[in-house]
Amino acid sequence: MDGKADKGRRDFLILTGYTMGAAGLAGLAVPFIDSLNPAADTQALATTEVNLGLLQPGQAITAMWRGKPVFIRHRTSEEIEQARTVELKGLPDPEADEARFKDNPQFLVVLGVCTHLGCVPLGQKPTDNKGDFGGWFCPCHGSHYDISGRIRKGPAPKNLTIPPYEIKDKLLKIG
Amino acid sequence: MRSFFLYLVFLTVPSLAMEGTAPLKTVDWSFNGIFGTFDRASLQRGFQVYKEVCASCHSMKLLSYRNLEGIGYTPNQVKAIAQTYEVQDGPNDDGEMFMRPGKPKDRFFQPYANDQAARAANNGALPPDLSLITKAREGGADYVYSLLTGYAEAPVNEKPMVGLYYNPYFSAHWIAMIPPLSDDMIEYQDGTPATVDQMAQDVTTFLAWASEPEIEVRKQWGFRIIIFLFIFSIVMFFINARIWARLEK
Amino acid sequence: MANVKKSSTLSKDSNRIAKWIDYRLPILSFLKAEAVDYPTPRNLNYWWNFGSLAGITLVIMILTGIWLAMHYTPHTAHAFESVERIMRDVNYGWLLRYIHMNGASMFFIVVYVHMFRGLFYGSYKKPRELLWIFGVLILLLMMATAFMGYVLPWGQMSFWGATVITNLFSAIPLVGDSIVTLLWGGFSVDNPTLNRFFALHYLFPFLIVGLVFLHLVALHTHGSNNPTGVEAKKPSDKIPFHPYYTVKDILGLVIFLTIWGAFVFFAPNFFGEPDNYIPADPLVTPPHIVPEWYFLPFYAILRSIPDKLGGVVLMFSAVFVMFIIPWLDTSPVRSGRYRPLYKIAYVFFLVACVALGWAGAQEAEGVPLLVSRLATAYYFAFFLILMPVLGFIEKPLPVPESLQESKRKKGAGR
Repeated sequence: MDGKADKGRRDFLILTGYTMGAAGLAGLAVPFIDSLNPAADTQALATTEVNLGLLQPGQAITAMWRGKPVFIRHRTSEEIEQARTVELKGLPDPEADEARFKDNPQFLVVLGVCTHLGCVPLGQKPTDNKGDFGGWFCPCHGSHYDISGRIRKGPAPKNLTIPPYEIKDKLLKIG
Repeated sequence: MRSFFLYLVFLTVPSLAMEGTAPLKTVDWSFNGIFGTFDRASLQRGFQVYKEVCASCHSMKLLSYRNLEGIGYTPNQVKAIAQTYEVQDGPNDDGEMFMRPGKPKDRFFQPYANDQAARAANNGALPPDLSLITKAREGGADYVYSLLTGYAEAPVNEKPMVGLYYNPYFSAHWIAMIPPLSDDMIEYQDGTPATVDQMAQDVTTFLAWASEPEIEVRKQWGFRIIIFLFIFSIVMFFINARIWARLEK
Repeated sequence: MANVKKSSTLSKDSNRIAKWIDYRLPILSFLKAEAVDYPTPRNLNYWWNFGSLAGITLVIMILTGIWLAMHYTPHTAHAFESVERIMRDVNYGWLLRYIHMNGASMFFIVVYVHMFRGLFYGSYKKPRELLWIFGVLILLLMMATAFMGYVLPWGQMSFWGATVITNLFSAIPLVGDSIVTLLWGGFSVDNPTLNRFFALHYLFPFLIVGLVFLHLVALHTHGSNNPTGVEAKKPSDKIPFHPYYTVKDILGLVIFLTIWGAFVFFAPNFFGEPDNYIPADPLVTPPHIVPEWYFLPFYAILRSIPDKLGGVVLMFSAVFVMFIIPWLDTSPVRSGRYRPLYKIAYVFFLVACVALGWAGAQEAEGVPLLVSRLATAYYFAFFLILMPVLGFIEKPLPVPESLQESKRKKGAGR
């Protein structure tokens, strides 16, 4: 047998062996990793419906969506006005109030999870400390949110997250 | 008894493994074999049979309406099916439980509140849950099909039992379940003639899917992975031969 | 010709980071000495593949097991459903569970073959007695682990298997019932039992890893046995582990995985019992309670004795007798290859084990009972009578001077 051809074939063979071994191991890792993602039943539970019919202006309720609190606030017209007139310049995460709700400015729907390190801010109950801007106040590290859910003061980097939702006939569907 | 040694020794004598019961009728199921898949039309007809016949006594606790997408329904169809059932939910803000239309995430409607209620309504016999029935019975789908189509006139030497029905495929030969199927008892949505045999095949297919919903994916991936490993074996065989050839020199 | 280095230092051209690490923690030179350069007899046959297969199976079982534990709930009210959730809702959950489930059977197949190989080639004989004993300890722990794992899905077989096996201990005079209560943590197999079985099922594999380590230390102290049973004397009798046996082990592994995969994907419940897909019901015993196939021979031994205590003692003896095999074998020759009478006795021993397995799956009456009694008698006679006696009466075939000589002879014969 020709020595050179022999060597070439061996190298090709061994390279194929390595490749298949690596591909096999990578393929084996997929089920292990993907099994840690949300299971089908967990994903199926990812929709929450809330009836907004009884929510009076100025009131707030908390719903549960994907294991996290969702703040729903029925804002008064003064509050809406106040949120609109804020000077966006100088805000940590500048966003107009119009971008913070869908369809109806009366209902603000945000995740009740502080964007700093995940605590639940105060401000849903009438007796709560609502912070310096009349919205929410996170007791963990002192982040202040305004009535539009925007971060105004404190360590949190972002405005409160808006979950995917739609409101039809006073029925709020989150997720 | 499906133990390994039994298989080795008695592979050719199935009657010994199923002592006292008639040899099962075998059906060439579409989901058998290496490339087996479910026949979607049969699955949907089978679901109709379950819904209109079996479900009045048998629960399927492990299934949710969302699973029905697996038998070919669209999400909207699943929603519509789920909505036809009333589901208890709650407590609401007043602390009370309330009824609402079903949602895809809900488990299948259960005919009885608990096992005791099921026994009370069935002369003390408990209609088994059907979620895993083809996996939980020796013979699997063939057994379910044989049982459904196996009701017969009892032979003279069998002592009749009050309130029980003769079925040679059942372990004790006398079963508490009334013969569940009769020709044209339901009207298939796709117009297939609803014979006992057709309904038995369809509902068995549906139950086989319910027991092993992963079967199609499992076999598809299995085939690819086995091919991969087989080729890998051949490659390794040659690498091994080359490496060891060095010692001969 | 391969040149075997005995030194456990890194080669001169290894990189600086490797040298830095190795100077402080000689893990790399250790691995190089034990997994790369490790001198191995050059004539090992494919029966020697099963040791590494067992090791890899253990790793796969631990990995899939940990992943399953992330989704499993050890509570009588939720266990069955949490397993079904793994099968239906968890991404690739069915794959992980079927690998694990069939893996138990694969593990026992591999380990049994590994043991039968050791038994034939005299791998337990001096100086490998402790190597063998650690192997038997691993088998014992494996059996306990497999038994407790089978309880976790909380099906009918889980429950009744646990009930029957734990009740074995009630045969112990005086304290038997107290021991069973202690095992159960209650007055029947119930939630406390399931909880502790889960905890121990998670723990034991790591104890097995520890024993495997000791097994390997003992192995590498005197090196592998080989089919001739003649110790390698010349350096040329041995070849470095890498690449010869690494490649050969990978070849064996890939073939093994193909077989394992065939079960996982096309006959995942082949080794299982349909009854275990019925949730546990303490009021109804299934008509046939059969242990998993790997316990069937021992189960047959248990039932071959009409006396409760006698059966239990005999069954445990069937495992414990393996501990003293190194001292029961009196033959001066190590490998069964050169022992004509032992070869015959060994073949009958294989037959007896298969017969016990078959009888264990049958009703304990009539022909199966007779078979199990005969096979049980032979099982113990093989160890306790044939092994010591054959050493004295047997005239061994000529044993080659070196393990290479046998190879050359074979080559010349062809």
